[in-house]
Amino acid sequence: MERSFIARNPSVLVFLAILALFTLVVTVFAEGFGVGLISTSFVKTLGKTLCLCLIAVAMDLIWGYAGILSLGHFAFFGLGGYMVGMWLMYERTKQIVESSLSEGILPPTPEEIEAAIGNQIFGVVGSNEFPVIWAFADSFVLQMAFVVLVPGLLALVFGWLAFRSRVTGVYLSILTQAMTLGLSLYLFQNASGLRGNNGLSGLQNLPGVTAPQSVVSLWFFWASALALGVGYLLVAWVVSGKFGSVIRGIRDNEARVRFLGYSVESYKLAVFTLTACIAGIAGALYYPQAGIINPAEVAPIASIYLAVWVAIGGRGRLYGAVIGTAFVSLVSSWFTGGQAPNVNLGFYTIKWVDWWLILLGLSFVLVTLYAPKGMGGLVDLITRKKGSDI
Amino acid sequence: MKFMFLAMLAALFMTSFASAQATSVQEVLQSQRELIEKSSRRTIGPAIDAISESGLPQMQTVLEAWQSKNMWQRKEDGLFFLGAKNEDGTYALSDFEDGAAVGDFEKKALKQLKPNSGIRAMIATALVQFQLSDPDPRKRAEALSSISRDPEAALLAPLRASIDGEKHTVIKARKVRLERLMTMAYDENITARVAAIDEMAGDLGVDFRATLNPILTTTAVFSEADETPDANIARELIPGDEALSRVAAYDRLVAAELAPTLITKDMRDAALEANIDGGRVGSWPVAQLSTEGARDEAYDALVAEGLADPRVTEDDVSESLAAYRFYEAYTEPSVDVTTAAKAALAKSEARVAVSQAADLGLDALSLASIYFLAAIGLAITFGVMGVINMAHGEFIMMGAYTGYVVQLFIPNHTASILVAVPLAFAVTFAAGVLLERLVIRWLYHRPLETLLATFGVSIALQQLAKNIFGTQARPLTAPSWLDGAWMINDVVSISYIRIAIFILALIFLALFLFIMKRTRLGLETRAVTQNPRMAASMGINPDRVNMLTFGLGSGIAGIAGVAIGLFAKVTSEMGGDYIVQSFMTVVVGGVGNIWGTLAGAAMIGGFQKGVEWLNPSNTLAAQTYMIIFIIIFIQFRPRGIIALKGRAAGD
Repeated sequence: MERSFIARNPSVLVFLAILALFTLVVTVFAEGFGVGLISTSFVKTLGKTLCLCLIAVAMDLIWGYAGILSLGHFAFFGLGGYMVGMWLMYERTKQIVESSLSEGILPPTPEEIEAAIGNQIFGVVGSNEFPVIWAFADSFVLQMAFVVLVPGLLALVFGWLAFRSRVTGVYLSILTQAMTLGLSLYLFQNASGLRGNNGLSGLQNLPGVTAPQSVVSLWFFWASALALGVGYLLVAWVVSGKFGSVIRGIRDNEARVRFLGYSVESYKLAVFTLTACIAGIAGALYYPQAGIINPAEVAPIASIYLAVWVAIGGRGRLYGAVIGTAFVSLVSSWFTGGQAPNVNLGFYTIKWVDWWLILLGLSFVLVTLYAPKGMGGLVDLITRKKGSDI
Repeated sequence: MKFMFLAMLAALFMTSFASAQATSVQEVLQSQRELIEKSSRRTIGPAIDAISESGLPQMQTVLEAWQSKNMWQRKEDGLFFLGAKNEDGTYALSDFEDGAAVGDFEKKALKQLKPNSGIRAMIATALVQFQLSDPDPRKRAEALSSISRDPEAALLAPLRASIDGEKHTVIKARKVRLERLMTMAYDENITARVAAIDEMAGDLGVDFRATLNPILTTTAVFSEADETPDANIARELIPGDEALSRVAAYDRLVAAELAPTLITKDMRDAALEANIDGGRVGSWPVAQLSTEGARDEAYDALVAEGLADPRVTEDDVSESLAAYRFYEAYTEPSVDVTTAAKAALAKSEARVAVSQAADLGLDALSLASIYFLAAIGLAITFGVMGVINMAHGEFIMMGAYTGYVVQLFIPNHTASILVAVPLAFAVTFAAGVLLERLVIRWLYHRPLETLLATFGVSIALQQLAKNIFGTQARPLTAPSWLDGAWMINDVVSISYIRIAIFILALIFLALFLFIMKRTRLGLETRAVTQNPRMAASMGINPDRVNMLTFGLGSGIAGIAGVAIGLFAKVTSEMGGDYIVQSFMTVVVGGVGNIWGTLAGAAMIGGFQKGVEWLNPSNTLAAQTYMIIFIIIFIQFRPRGIIALKGRAAGD
């Protein structure tokens, strides 16, 4: 079965090969081990981009294949980040607190350590007690399980409510947008127990690890690449079988699939929850590389950008989503980072920091109008294949 | 000691003079000469009292001159005069009695009286009684305000005396009210106080409640278990209740030295640290003191050796607490007064609650009209045409910036708003038509892609506005006749700007209904919405109708932008604040029906204000709950409050 799946989808092998090669090249040239042509911060940028590519693959599954335009997947991404952030922040603070308390005359009691950690973490929001949701923050295994379970559960409940009442199309898009807005507003409160608008910080420091950031960044880069590879393989396998056929059928004509006897809602819910879990994993790998997570990350705009990346890359084909995300997010950071040369028109100087978003917005309109297949359409031109491979 | 003696002496003087009915200003002043010369805040009181209570009409001038540092003392005989500086540097003195000139004097022959700020404040209080019957009504009103800011028992009598002679009805009413309030707080006669309280019970005024609250302040008292304390008891507190924790109750006993001090963890640890000897505390190695239990045991060992105070156990605390009863007692000694005040306050609070509910209703109404204004344009483009326009919020922003730019050119705010409203409509109408022609008409059958394309337009417009106007908020100032608020009573009020927005929302509703039901464009729009091909075969040009309808929706968004800009800051991101709410309003209300949008706005506004009322410190939580509520609401009415039926509903 596995053999025939790969055989039917040579593009998966090509993608995995390119990903492996890319990882190898970055590793060799990175500061951590190799010649140091690639700075540590750029390794982190690349690692983060791989995580974004992973959530884009999930987005492509739900939008490109199942036809559900979710404008709320960054809520799951952010939740994954928060779950891993809780453990990182707790353990890291515990280490710091323990070493500072051990300088006292009496050895610290467990209660003192706990109180000092609480004070350290929640002092900024005027509290020093651990909220209930931090009950398992000291357990690595449980928090890692939450990375998948919490976004998955939210998606399951939300999706069940939304799909069973037959909310479809743009209504569902707006509803998912409302969900991520609601989550971000909730997290903004100090009472949410996740430090309000301060968010969780210092996530780049792994507790108990003395290796320099140049090495740690590579570990995360590898993990991100591995996650993207596995995620890509998983999604490609899902869409290649009968399940994939059904969800494509739902996308093209939901009523007809329902009349054929399929439980459309269950399929949608399964896809929605699966993609939410993938998004949670992507977020859990992303935020330790970013170092900080705060509620602004799950604001509705982030999820819309996700749709933009996938659309520009070309939805309905997984490599399109990856190409679009990698291209747009890297180019974005190039333009907004102030590295792009300004264009002097004589009477006016175009500063890309100011004009990049306008360019992006307009090019997005153009892509939607004239190139609905996105950058993936270019591949069709090269391979001279009529229609897409979905 | 010396000061006190002087003060007593002065008081003696004062009473003797008051009874002797001093006849001249100078006599009174001379009697207080020592105190006035001394000019100390602590001792000056009797002197000011003597002056103000002498009953002489000229004393107002004396006090005012003194307060404004215009009172001078002639060094040769110590007499006091009103002084004014001449051009040649000498000072012209005049008598306080009749204003007669006394002559010009060199500065060195005189001594200026310079009261410090504390004394000036005391003089100001003394002046109040004169000001209360001042011929100038404004001064009388000012005096009343100063009394109500800082009421004193001493001011009650002059206030009462001034009521009868008051001709100005408004000021008289204020005087009477203030007299009632001060009677409650300061009258010596308990019956009069109770009567005043009962009379005003249920009053909504903030001043009334502010007068009652100090009467009802309580202090903590306790007594032995079998006794009742000699105080006006408000209620008994049981230690361990919410109002009085066991620790707090015990601390009171400790403070009164009726119980041994609790040994806190910090004190225990400090004792342990103080007794470390060669890495050990008694028989305990320091390294083993890493649990609470070990530390307690080590401390008890210290206690056994007599090196520390014994710990107070939970049982000891319970025993001590059981021996006493704890109360809250009113500082006001009279039971009658506190009972009446409590009843009056309860009555007031009940009425305040009703008024607050009304105020909340007005707030909700005004929020609903804002949502309605923001959503009505969307109700046309999304509700009627089915086009998702994510740039709708940016059209609102465009309208607001148009208003701002107009104000740069037309400084008169009334005129500029009158110009801005049609101009904003024109600008956003044009932008809407342009967007429809260039983008949306190619995507009529791909709604999800319309969403994404218009989102692209939205981020481009937002960044463009940022490039032009910068990131800081720009003001859009309302005309001055919209400033202020309509105060219905002390609790219920609504700002004129919100009333204006409410009226504007009503106008829009009427306008929308008129266009849709009574004009050719409305008829054609409805026809095209229901069946474009059939409409086209009836001679309607669907392209033109779509373009105009979309322009109309965008134009209304522009006007809404001007209205929203009047009370919110105009920034490039303001559109984003309204876009999700606007979509929610339309979706919850029911797509394609203006009454649905109205109902949606009313429900969302009402719900949000309701949650804010339950949890007033947290508007973020209100929005979160609102969104959860909407998601659940959609479960029960997926097509909104007012759902289209039959074929028009489509699918």
